[in-house]
Amino acid sequence: MSVAHETHDDHGHHVELPFWRKYVFSTDHKVIGIQYAVTALFFLLFGFTLMMMMRWQLAYPGQPMPLIGTFFSEANMPGGIMVPEFYNQLGAMHGTIMVFLGVVPLAVGGFGNYVLPLQVGAPDMSFPKLNMASYWVFLPGGLIMLASFYAEGGAAQSGWTSYSPLSNTAPAGQTWWLIGMIFLITSSLLGSVNFIVTTIQLRVEGLSFFRLPFFTWAQFVTAFLLLLAFPPLEAAGVMQLMDRVAGSSFFLPSGLVISGQLLDVAGGGNPLLWQHLFWFLAHPEVYVLILPALGIVSEIITVNSRRPLWGYRTLVYSIISLGFLSFIVWAHHMFMTGMGTAMSNFFQTTTMIISIPSVIILTALALSLNGGSIRFPTSMLFALAFIPMFAIGGLTGLPLGLTAADLHLHDTYYVIAHFHYVVAPGTVFALLAGVYHWYPKVTGRKMNEALGKLHFWISLIGINVVFMPMFFVGMAGVSRRLYDQTQYAYGAQVQGLTAMSSWGAWFLGAAQIFFIINFFWSRKNGEKVESDNPWNATTLEWATPTPPPHGNFPEVPKVYRGPYEYSVPGAKSDFSPQHVEEG
Amino acid sequence: MDEIPYTVKPHPLSGLYSGKLGIWLFLASEVMLFGALFSSYILLRVGSDSWPVGSELLNIPLAMLNTFILIISSVTVVLGWASLKLGEHGKAKMYLWVTVLLAFGFLIVKGFEYGAKFSHHISPATNNFYATYFTMTGLHGLHIVGGIAVFVYLLTSGSKLLEENPEHYTNRIECAGLYWHFVDLVWIFLFPALYLL
Repeated sequence: MSVAHETHDDHGHHVELPFWRKYVFSTDHKVIGIQYAVTALFFLLFGFTLMMMMRWQLAYPGQPMPLIGTFFSEANMPGGIMVPEFYNQLGAMHGTIMVFLGVVPLAVGGFGNYVLPLQVGAPDMSFPKLNMASYWVFLPGGLIMLASFYAEGGAAQSGWTSYSPLSNTAPAGQTWWLIGMIFLITSSLLGSVNFIVTTIQLRVEGLSFFRLPFFTWAQFVTAFLLLLAFPPLEAAGVMQLMDRVAGSSFFLPSGLVISGQLLDVAGGGNPLLWQHLFWFLAHPEVYVLILPALGIVSEIITVNSRRPLWGYRTLVYSIISLGFLSFIVWAHHMFMTGMGTAMSNFFQTTTMIISIPSVIILTALALSLNGGSIRFPTSMLFALAFIPMFAIGGLTGLPLGLTAADLHLHDTYYVIAHFHYVVAPGTVFALLAGVYHWYPKVTGRKMNEALGKLHFWISLIGINVVFMPMFFVGMAGVSRRLYDQTQYAYGAQVQGLTAMSSWGAWFLGAAQIFFIINFFWSRKNGEKVESDNPWNATTLEWATPTPPPHGNFPEVPKVYRGPYEYSVPGAKSDFSPQHVEEG
Repeated sequence: MDEIPYTVKPHPLSGLYSGKLGIWLFLASEVMLFGALFSSYILLRVGSDSWPVGSELLNIPLAMLNTFILIISSVTVVLGWASLKLGEHGKAKMYLWVTVLLAFGFLIVKGFEYGAKFSHHISPATNNFYATYFTMTGLHGLHIVGGIAVFVYLLTSGSKLLEENPEHYTNRIECAGLYWHFVDLVWIFLFPALYLL
C-alpha cells in the first residue's frame, strides 16, 4: 500500500505529488496494482460471503438463518428464511463477482500491473494514464454491481451466464448487471492493450522474448484473450440491453409464453445466439482465470526449489497454443442445446485437444521440483497444492467435454465441483501464493509464517470438504441451481453430503480470518526483509529497491541470461539473476 | 529512470511507436465487437422466414450522402496528417476542423434518418431488421461521436503539444486518423449489409 517515499526518493527528481494524485488517481503501475489487488480481495471476500449464506439454505432448507438472517429485509428473508428469488440473486452475483470482480482483477489488474512492468525492466506501463483509467472504470462497474442489490426486484438473478430469455424478462437488476458489465469490459480492454504494448515495447536490452519470465508470458497471452474475447460479450450485452430497454427481440423467439401469457414482442430472435456470444467470451475467460495462476506458480516453484523451470520453451509454446485453442472450444458448454451432432463433434474434439497443452504445463511444473532442494514458505505450500488441485479440476473436466458423459452430468453439482477445483483451490490458491510471495517486495516486510501456515492447512482441508462431496451430489443428479434438493427423492438421499459441503465452506471462511489478520498486521509488524531479493530469485522485479520507487529502477537494467538460472553448475551461488553479468 | 521509452520513436523490433501499436490492438478488439454484431445479423437473418429487403425500407440516397461524407472525411484526415509531416501547421488544423465538420454532417444526416423512422413509429421493437439497424448504426454513431471528441480535444486544449513536441503530436493525429479510417470502414460494411442487401 505504499510507494517508496522514505529512502529511495534520491533516485529521481520528482515534484512531490499531492495525496490524491499519489494514492488515488495515481498513474504509477504499482499503486494501480495495489488498488486493483485490494479492491479485488474485498470483492473475493464479498462474493464468498454471498455463497456462505446460500450454503445455509442448501444445508438446512427452509430453516431460518441464525443471527445473520435478522439483518435482511422482509422481502428477501422473511423470518430469516431465504426466499428463492433472493437465493437466485446471491447465486448469480456470486459467480459474477468472483469471476469479473475478484479473480480477474486480482490476477491481471493486481499482479499483472504490479509485477509485469518490473519483470520486463520498464519504468511503468506504456500508457500510464490509460492504466489509471482502467482502474477508475473498473471500480464504478463493481459498485454498480453491488448497488444492483438495491434495484427494484433485487440484483441480477438469471445466473452469472444470464441466459436469455430468462434474463430478458428478469427484474431491473439485470439491466444494472449489463451496464456494470460494459464498464468492466471497457476496463479490461484498456488494461489488455497496455499489457501487450508494454511487453512488446518496453523490454530492456537483452530481454528477448525467450528470456521473459513465464509469468510475463502468461500475462501476455492472457491480455490477448481479454482483448479479443471480451468484445463479443460487449456486443451481446448491448443487444440484451436493447432487448430490455428498447423492446427489440434479438434473443426472444416468436410465440414465447411466460406464466401462461404470450409475450408482447416482435419475436424472431434466437436465445442460442446469446449462449454463443456469451461462451465465446466465457470460455477464453476460463483461461484468463487460469493462465496468470500458472505464471505465478511457475515463479514460486522455481525460486523455492532452486531449479530451472523444466521445459521453459515447451511451456511457452503450450501457453500460446492454449490461448489459440481457447477460442474454438466454447460450444462445449452447449452440448445440451440441440445444436446438432456435427457441431458437438467439432467442439468435443477441440476440447480434447486443449487438454494436451494444459497437461504439458502441469507436468512440467511438477518435474521442475525434481532434484531441487525445496524450501517450504507459505507461498510454496499454496503453489504446491495448486498442482494436484488443478489436476483434479482439469481431469474431471474431460467427462464434461465428451458429449455422451455430458448428457448426464450437464448442469449438475458435478460441473460446480469441476470448475471450482480449477478456480478455487486452483487459481485462488495460486493468487494467495502470489500475495505471500510478492508481499515483501511491495511492503518491505514478510507476512507471518505461522499464521500463513495455519491459513494454508485449514484452507486446504476446508476447500476439499467443500468441493469433493459435490462430485457425488452431482453424479446423483442434483441440479446446480436447485434451491432445495430435498424436495426430490434423489436429492434427499445425498442431502448429508450437501450439508457437509456447507460446513466445509464455513470452515474455509473461518480460515480466511488468519489471512486477513496477517495481511494487515504484517504491513506494520512483519519481519523486515534484509535485502531487496529476500527469496534469492533471478527475475528483474527483485532487482529494484524495496519497495520500488517511482520509475522502478535507479538505472536501466540490462539482461544477460534466461529467467530461471538456478543451481547452474560452476556458478558462484545457486542463483544467477538476469541482470548480473557475472553468474 | 522515469522516461517511458518508445512513446515517440519507433521500437526497433515492432517498427512502431507504442501509441500506434496500441491503436492497432484496440482496432483488433473493435473488429471483434463489430464482428460479433455482423455475425448476429447473419444468424438472425438466415434464421428468419421473412427478413425485409433493406432497400425498400431505408433511405438509400441519404445513406449514399453519408457514405460520401465519411469517405471525404477520411481523405481530409490524411491531408491533415500529411500537412503536419510537412510542417504546415495551419493547413493541418484547417483539414482537421473540416473532418470534424464532416463528422457532424454525418450525424445530422443520420439524425434526419432516425427522425423519419421515429415519426412513423418505427423503433427497435418493430422487428429484428430494425433492431439490427438501430443497434448497429447507433453503435457506429457513438464511434463517430467518440472520434469527434478526440479530434476536438487534439485541436483545442490538446494542441499545446504541437508546439512542445510536433512529432509526438503528429503521432497522435496519426493514431486518431487510424481510428477514424476504421469507423469509416465499418460504415462501408454497414451500408450494403443494411441498406442494399
